[in-house]
Amino acid sequence: MGIERHLNDTVHVTNLEWFVNWSRKSSMWPLGFGLACCALEMIATFVSRYDLSRFGMEVARPSPRHADLMIVSGTASKKMLPAVLRIYEQMAEPRWVIAMGACACTGGIYKNYAVVQGIDRHLPVDVYIPGCPPRPEALLDGILQLHAKVMKEQSIRNPRVTEIKVAGR
Amino acid sequence: MNQELIRDKLSSNFPQEVIQSAVLFGEQISVTVSAEKILEVCLFLKEDSDLAFDFLSFVAGVDRYPKAPRFEVVYQLYSLKHNHRFRVKTLLNEPENGLPEVDSVTGIWPTADWHERETAEMFGITFNNHPDPRKLLLPENWSIHPLRKDFPLQGTGEDTPDLPS
Repeated sequence: MGIERHLNDTVHVTNLEWFVNWSRKSSMWPLGFGLACCALEMIATFVSRYDLSRFGMEVARPSPRHADLMIVSGTASKKMLPAVLRIYEQMAEPRWVIAMGACACTGGIYKNYAVVQGIDRHLPVDVYIPGCPPRPEALLDGILQLHAKVMKEQSIRNPRVTEIKVAGR
Repeated sequence: MNQELIRDKLSSNFPQEVIQSAVLFGEQISVTVSAEKILEVCLFLKEDSDLAFDFLSFVAGVDRYPKAPRFEVVYQLYSLKHNHRFRVKTLLNEPENGLPEVDSVTGIWPTADWHERETAEMFGITFNNHPDPRKLLLPENWSIHPLRKDFPLQGTGEDTPDLPS
């Protein structure tokens, strides 16, 4: 680039959208909540051995108002679902959802009356991670896929709107 | 006290209409008691000083479909004082309308509270005089009984919605 060379590479020229996306994906704040056994793999991903802080994501927030990534880690029972949706509604835009594990993706082995058959029936899922439970490497890969997706978003020209339709409200 | 002595003590204090049968299963005898007299028998088992069943391990339900009587309520007892166990059952017929009924033993053993609530919602058995007859595990507005043998595993659709309406 001409202007960068002219100023001895002391500046970097890019477009605003790329910069916004890069900022978002570089410091994503996951919500610290787990639903079932997948949560243990998620915790293993957070702590030192797999070390999610390599990707700028080590701070799991206990409050949904501080978080922008929900990792649905495990089986969502129908009795738990209203609470999950309430947490999602409290998260600030822009927000993303990862469905972690077979249960969150499809209901998994629990094809029965008490379990939601896939969290994507109620939440707009960005990345699906199969496995029962997925290993930390799989979760890391899913998160990197989400980062790649965020980098492709038209965050200025066409901002994402993630409304959810909740029956009976 | 061994199992035969407990059984003999019960049958010597109650008529045969009340103590309907006694079957040895494993190391314990299961005594079947008529549903109307379950409170009296349980109170006797707890209050008698030789028996002293002061601890209720659990209350559970059984669906024997298609046999009749269809339902069974099982009371597993333990005595902390004497370190012996005993099992009491009662058989319930399915009425033409409504749900089978049995008296609650919550007044005798407070443990029975939650156990009876779970049995009530899972099998559709009404426990009379229960102090808190709400559902325990299922959503309050569901009217299904999932542990009944004729209940479809995946639910019936409208009866088990994802979200409360």
